[in-house]
Amino acid sequence: MIREDFLCLTPLMIIAGAPVIMMLILALKRNYKLIYGFSLIAFMIAFLSVYFLLPAIPHTISPLFIFDGFTIFFFGMIILTSMLVTILSHRYLLYQESEREEYFIILFTAVLGSLILAAACNFVTLFLGLETLSISLYVLIAYRRSRRNSVEAAVKYLVLASVSSAFLLFGMGLIYLNTGALEFSKIALVLKSSEYSTPLLLTGFSIMVVGIGFKLALVPFHMWTPDVYEGAPVPVTTFIATVSKGAVMAVLLRFFYAIYGFRNHNFILMITVVAVLTMFVGNLLAIRQQNLKRILAYSSIANMGYLLVTLLMGNKEGIYAAVFYIVSYIITTLGAFGVITLLSGRDNDADKLKDYTGLFWKRPWIAIVFTLALLSLAGIPITTGFMAKFYLVFTGIDSGLWILVISLIINSVIGLYYYLRVITTLFSPANEVTFPAISLAGKLVLCLVTLAILWLGINPEGAIHFISRYSGF
Amino acid sequence: MILLYLILILLVGGIFAGIIGKWSQLLSRIISLVALSADLILLIWIWNDHPEASQNTWWIDYKLNWIPTLGIGLHLAIDGLSILLLFLTIILGLVSVLISWKEIHEKTGFFHFNILWILAGIAGVFLSLDLFLFYFFWELMLVPMYFLINIWGHENRIYAAYKFFLYTQASGLLMFLSILALYFIHGRASGTYTFDYDHLLGTSMPAPVAFLLMTGFLAAFLVKLPVVPLHNWLPDAHSEAPTAGSVILAGLLLKTGAYGILRFVLPLFPEASVSFAPFGMILGVIGILYGAKLAFAQTDLKRLVAYTSVSHMGFVILGVYAFNRIAFQGVIMQIIAHAISTGALFILVGQLYERIHTRDIAKMGGLWKQIPLMGAVGMIFAMASLGLPGLGNFIAEFLILTGAFKANIIMTCIASVGLVAGTIYALRIVQKVFLGKEITIWKIPDLSVREKFISAFLVILIVYLGLFPQKVMDTAEPSILKTLDPIENTLPSKSILLKSIP
Repeated sequence: MIREDFLCLTPLMIIAGAPVIMMLILALKRNYKLIYGFSLIAFMIAFLSVYFLLPAIPHTISPLFIFDGFTIFFFGMIILTSMLVTILSHRYLLYQESEREEYFIILFTAVLGSLILAAACNFVTLFLGLETLSISLYVLIAYRRSRRNSVEAAVKYLVLASVSSAFLLFGMGLIYLNTGALEFSKIALVLKSSEYSTPLLLTGFSIMVVGIGFKLALVPFHMWTPDVYEGAPVPVTTFIATVSKGAVMAVLLRFFYAIYGFRNHNFILMITVVAVLTMFVGNLLAIRQQNLKRILAYSSIANMGYLLVTLLMGNKEGIYAAVFYIVSYIITTLGAFGVITLLSGRDNDADKLKDYTGLFWKRPWIAIVFTLALLSLAGIPITTGFMAKFYLVFTGIDSGLWILVISLIINSVIGLYYYLRVITTLFSPANEVTFPAISLAGKLVLCLVTLAILWLGINPEGAIHFISRYSGF
Repeated sequence: MILLYLILILLVGGIFAGIIGKWSQLLSRIISLVALSADLILLIWIWNDHPEASQNTWWIDYKLNWIPTLGIGLHLAIDGLSILLLFLTIILGLVSVLISWKEIHEKTGFFHFNILWILAGIAGVFLSLDLFLFYFFWELMLVPMYFLINIWGHENRIYAAYKFFLYTQASGLLMFLSILALYFIHGRASGTYTFDYDHLLGTSMPAPVAFLLMTGFLAAFLVKLPVVPLHNWLPDAHSEAPTAGSVILAGLLLKTGAYGILRFVLPLFPEASVSFAPFGMILGVIGILYGAKLAFAQTDLKRLVAYTSVSHMGFVILGVYAFNRIAFQGVIMQIIAHAISTGALFILVGQLYERIHTRDIAKMGGLWKQIPLMGAVGMIFAMASLGLPGLGNFIAEFLILTGAFKANIIMTCIASVGLVAGTIYALRIVQKVFLGKEITIWKIPDLSVREKFISAFLVILIVYLGLFPQKVMDTAEPSILKTLDPIENTLPSKSILLKSIP
């Protein structure tokens, strides 16, 4: 193992080592504060190690991992987001009487899976990462097992995710059968030299799309999303919507660009149909929902639809647009779910839309944060969502993807309708429902997220510049 | 820099007014007034200081990098047309704050935040010379307007607010697509990718493409204006909004549509505009007549006034597509005069509503005895609305019809019928509300000192515009010539322009 290898793997090792140490600590003494503090420190060290990784890139640990700007960017993002999720989880877990500490251990393994995905350049690592992530998520989703919803959601996720993993494996197998390779780059080489679309190969790819589609909740494989989002504890929902989606999207982008999928007519057709369907179904189903988590679940489906557009751009700008969109989506979702998490009480999650009636008049600041997050999801100026959508449409037009761009535009209007519905509720005359007060750490997270939403919305130049410098393949 | 301050003062003032409103309503109102007055002073300063206007230069041209990687700049500029509209914005802003003094006493801070942010958005629209920035401001004013209708509006406010937002947002996105397409067409042809107005002017493209892109822009502007098949949001939004909201909607938001056509559509797509002109004029005429007809049929006073806007904006679109100096002068006069007269009518409806809590015309009647002053003010602005000589609207409509006559005689003749229709609905207001039989005996106070002050101010303005329109016309002249210039080059025969006529 050479020095660079070691350096590049540091963040992974820190995140992998932390749960082991945490388990040891648990064996000695069960202390919630200690474990919580330790997780934060571990995340911080991992985040710092990412910074020291910078001089080593680009670097490949063949045949499993690739460390380039893109990987590093996602490393940083995943770790930072997970840290914020940890802070958001703190008070939420206090409501639970026992076994709070293991939550953080499992969170770490989930993060580990996401990191592996971000660095994967091989079917093996892709699958390993995905499974590490999924299996951790089964547990996390069911973490508040005294609640019926939670268990139901976990079982649903368990069954569907296993099936989709099976699909994924089968698809990989078929591709391996045709190309004899598991590495993305080698598959690309074989594909370039040979006949691109033998039926078996296409079947392989299609079956893989089914698998990935499940993970990303693309239509028609989206059915699990609202139930899981609703049933899972809110911080876990936050994690699924941000880190897990981001990591899967990262590996999908890398794979699709590596094999030049955007040049193949079959792929283009497939992605276009799935993307358009995902946008429309996600947004249309969100309209009648009464539960905030479900609304945001459908909204996340639609957003994945928007992100699929970037797969077909096939140029650097496409990747930048995708990364910027993911960043802004993660920040925005952290804001929206952060508010829900922090307002959740002992017995129930604060996910009923009608409970939020008139929040602005009772708790103006938190309502402003929520409103900004919703406006950002809707893509209204001065929020990062606007810039992200703009950048997406911008690059989409540049690549001539008119059908997708127009469908995106139509969907922005549909989406606006249900975001406005939530905002209208926030600003209606106040009702009697009271929410718990928010801890200082929670306030800090919300402040940070809000500032990020506004900053990227008003002055995205720095971020775009940063992304175009670091997040190329 | 001073142009940026114009916008920043409003934005920052809005935030302060919003925060302080929690503790003191009065202070929040005062902060709003101070912010608006500061802007007014800046405007007057710009007005006094501006160089002798020539056709091709801006009074002040301010450029700053914003997102240089994508060719987006913070490009603000002011010329005669902009400054007229900015004066209008600030004056109506002051009026809106003043009329809400008694009407709004709940959530005052947030109310003033919204007012100031809408005005900032509008001011930004009138100042932007970067298409991305323009779109940014265009969208920025929607959200606070949505809140204004949604929170402080009347019974059916939520529906109206949705409708307003969705209409404008959907059409705005079409414009956004056009802007992006224009950006790439220009970038590929010239190698410089930029949203800057000065660069994008004169981008050459095939006629069908130009027409398509122009349609995208027009979608946004014609919905805002509004033109008849796209006017559906207007009556709801106007009649459900609080008075200040209606004043800003009718007085300013609609005008951003007209401004957009004058500033962007005509200069960017001269050929396409010329080929669209006949349809534009037809749309204008339909708007004039249909708006007037519907106005006549309303029983809700506020809705009636809202429909008169549709009719008056028909004149604007007719004038714009007549493509000559006189008509353009008329358009600008119409923009200003309509803002004042319709604003005043909405204020009057608001004052009536505060007193008798209904907007149903059938329940009014004979109010003159009770409130003679209000009746007189109502009379004056009803007369303005029907185009009585001596008031601003007359000058506007007369100029538009004169100009349009040169472009298309038949259309103009039909449009003139609109004046008669205007007379009918305007007189109906006076007859049913102030004169006629007293249906209920109301015991209500006449105008208070504050209301007297606002009304007197608006009356003076509209009379001044009617008697001395030359100042406005001189100010707008260079901008008009600049807008007309590319179009004249593309018009098939120059004879119909009659540029020589003063």
